[in-house]
Amino acid sequence: MPDITNGQVRWHESLIQGSLGFCALISIVTTATIIFILTRESVGFFQVIPVKDFLFGTSWVPMFEPSSFGVLPLLWGTLVITIGAALICIPIGLASAIYLSEYASAKQRSIIKPVLELLAGIPTVVYGYFALTFVTPALQYLFPGIQVFNALSGSIVVGIMVLPMVATLSDNALRAVPDSLRQGAYALGATSYEVTTQVVVPAGLSGIIASFLLAISRAIGETMAVTLAAGATPNLSFTFLESIQTMTAYIVQVSMGDTPAGGVAYQTMFAVAGLLFVITLFLNVIATFILKRYREVYQ
Amino acid sequence: MTASLTRSTAKQAHHMRRRHAKARVFAKFCGLVTWLGTALLLVLLWQIFSDGLRWLDIDFLRSFPSRFPERAGILSALAGTLWLISLVAIISIPVGVATAIYIEEFGGKGKLVKIIDINISNLAGVPSIVYGIIGLTLFVRGLQLERSLISGALTMSLLILPVIIIASREAIRTVPDSIRHAAIALGGTQWQTVWSHVLPASFPGILTGVILGLSRAIGETAPLIMIGALTYVAFVPEGPMDSFTALPIQIFNWVSRPQEEFHELAAAAIIVLLVVLLSMNSLAIFIRHKMEKKLQ
Repeated sequence: MPDITNGQVRWHESLIQGSLGFCALISIVTTATIIFILTRESVGFFQVIPVKDFLFGTSWVPMFEPSSFGVLPLLWGTLVITIGAALICIPIGLASAIYLSEYASAKQRSIIKPVLELLAGIPTVVYGYFALTFVTPALQYLFPGIQVFNALSGSIVVGIMVLPMVATLSDNALRAVPDSLRQGAYALGATSYEVTTQVVVPAGLSGIIASFLLAISRAIGETMAVTLAAGATPNLSFTFLESIQTMTAYIVQVSMGDTPAGGVAYQTMFAVAGLLFVITLFLNVIATFILKRYREVYQ
Repeated sequence: MTASLTRSTAKQAHHMRRRHAKARVFAKFCGLVTWLGTALLLVLLWQIFSDGLRWLDIDFLRSFPSRFPERAGILSALAGTLWLISLVAIISIPVGVATAIYIEEFGGKGKLVKIIDINISNLAGVPSIVYGIIGLTLFVRGLQLERSLISGALTMSLLILPVIIIASREAIRTVPDSIRHAAIALGGTQWQTVWSHVLPASFPGILTGVILGLSRAIGETAPLIMIGALTYVAFVPEGPMDSFTALPIQIFNWVSRPQEEFHELAAAAIIVLLVVLLSMNSLAIFIRHKMEKKLQ
């Protein structure tokens, strides 16, 4: 700090610094508020419904009597969508990242990168529209018995939606691998395939795995496309061709209906959201940890 | 002896050819997959334009939503989106940039900054629907702001703050220390250094982050549904306390109806939404270009 003799300037400075610090605290207050609200309402819910029944119950009938609050069908719905999305976005995303960093010319990159940015910037409700008007009709042609609302259509669009994320983050990880490693491998007579799969990808693995985890976390929290495409039927059977309900779609369903505030049915929203928050937070923390802990440092 | 040598060389050559063939197939495969992924954007855009273009005219922009497809329009949704985005910009830009400045320029390397740092990267990963629930509980019910524009704007601001903060921090970090040292050496205070040197130098980067964040706020649907932005609004909001609807909500509403005509209306509304997004991004590129020239 420079030596300030003018008292007014010093006062001015600390006022500004104070207000900047105040703004920085807003983010902490936000987190605290999220945790506080989710916990408070969930505690109310768990006073009526035992935690065990919620986490391990296999039937989700919150709105009608006799009601039942086993979250497994919703969790299962989310899992089905996430697995489907991962099957699409992980291989395609990784292959695209490899192409971008190892094979594509500068000109090809200059076309693909903006397209990925555009795809990443398209609102999720547009992907929902795409699912209903393009993907589902195409699937009905392929599988005549498929329901109008089905998990497959939801999985496909969520996979497409998180694809740019996997491709971009993995591309960054691969490009961070120094060229000397590639040149060393080529000098030993390796082909481009061997260099990529045995040297470059293992060297960038922490970044690649982190990109998978972040994409999976996005897919779990994704709301609009699955609400529109996958339907609203809590379902425990493993089939991609039937309607299911994810945790996020359930929350939307409650908020759009006229469930009175304060009742148990209303509080389910917070319990489900709390579970969603914990799962995504867990995945994000692991991803950050892997990035920090296993990052290969090259000089 | 020579015969076995020739045989082993032939074997090696065969092996080599196979390895190289494998490498070629792999390269082709990666290229094919990538270009197919890119082609998806074309399919998506083609689908939207072929469905929606014929509904898009001046009347569509000037009419309120309606039960009759041929009379329905997006006036209230478009006005709501423009209102919402202006309010979000007013709230989130100062707070986000201030946070970034604090962390990078004033915070030092203390524990507080570390906590804020971890906290922000975690907030960036919280699903948007959770922000919607917080908005519903805190703003709509807690502060009794009702289902108004300001509730929506506050919720959206919380959602995009991490995006703005992370991008602004990166922009501020790229400003070389020599600029700060020069300003301090000339007797500037820390704030004067930040205000007249660091901020202008990092402006293009900050602007990019802000546009990215605001684009996200324009397209987000789930938080607005949570706070109950009405789907049928037949008036243009006149102040922050008015109830509203927004383009993504209108699109959601039309897509969820079974009739084909409403799907096409949704496509037309999506075109408008994409145009709004695209013009914002072009504006950012334009301003950035101007600023970068000026700085040089």
